[in-house]
Amino acid sequence: MHIIMALVAGLVFGIGLIISGMTDPSKVIGFLDLAGRWDPSLGFVMGGAILVGLVAFRFAAGRDKSLLGDAMRLPTATHIDRRLVLGGLAFGAGWGLAGYCPGPALASLVSGGGKPLIFVAAMIVGMVLFELLERLPARRKPAA
Amino acid sequence: MMIDWASFTPWASLAGGALIGLSAALFVLFNGRIAGISGILGGLLPWPKGDIAWRVAFLLGLIAAPAAYGLFAPLPAVQVDAGTATLVVAGLLVGIGTRYGAGCTSGHGVCGLSRLSPRSLVATAAFMAAGFVTVFIVRHLIG
Repeated sequence: MHIIMALVAGLVFGIGLIISGMTDPSKVIGFLDLAGRWDPSLGFVMGGAILVGLVAFRFAAGRDKSLLGDAMRLPTATHIDRRLVLGGLAFGAGWGLAGYCPGPALASLVSGGGKPLIFVAAMIVGMVLFELLERLPARRKPAA
Repeated sequence: MMIDWASFTPWASLAGGALIGLSAALFVLFNGRIAGISGILGGLLPWPKGDIAWRVAFLLGLIAAPAAYGLFAPLPAVQVDAGTATLVVAGLLVGIGTRYGAGCTSGHGVCGLSRLSPRSLVATAAFMAAGFVTVFIVRHLIG
């Protein structure tokens, strides 16, 4: 049942991305291009998602088990540090360059031809690089 | 600021956004987890223990979405202006940045802001700002 719900959630997420227009990188860049002809659509996507999310997470926060009986695994991290900001900046730069963030890139894999494939391959390499860098023994401990 | 009225799709974007919110709602209420795409994918990469099946299932659903959508309506046209080199650089930045920043547009942007998390608000402000600046540089300073 957990697996089926995960599959359904992924499917609904992807269909939402397609309907909202977010699988089109030129539309995403149209939102990020404040100085050009600006397309506010992405703001409406975030708004629609957050309106529903606010209700759901308010409800979730008051429970200690999910409806399927799992432990609620809500994030516990609250610290704001250099990793968070630099990571966000690097992500945003890549997002602005290609117009893809992880969700829309994955939701474009079977329909979008070679370009999302190249992006996703590079993204996975980036994630593997992170894993390797995290394991370097000489790495300084992050300030908590 | 000039609005691109020809491209602006308020209702479709609001409706699609609500579906994304519904997905995040289903996932947290049924599975007790955050629908954050970079975290779900990145969590596969150490590839060790048990935790794999639900991640793969969620990602398969996401990847299969255009096939499901295509059963009912033709997929909307998309345009990718970036060339291969740009896609590679962008992918690397997104991969490494979302892991260091512990989230992307879904985990911090949608779920984090829905939880009213200050940490996610800072992350979202950082990636939005970097996105705005990057597009400004590429389109208006270099382009």
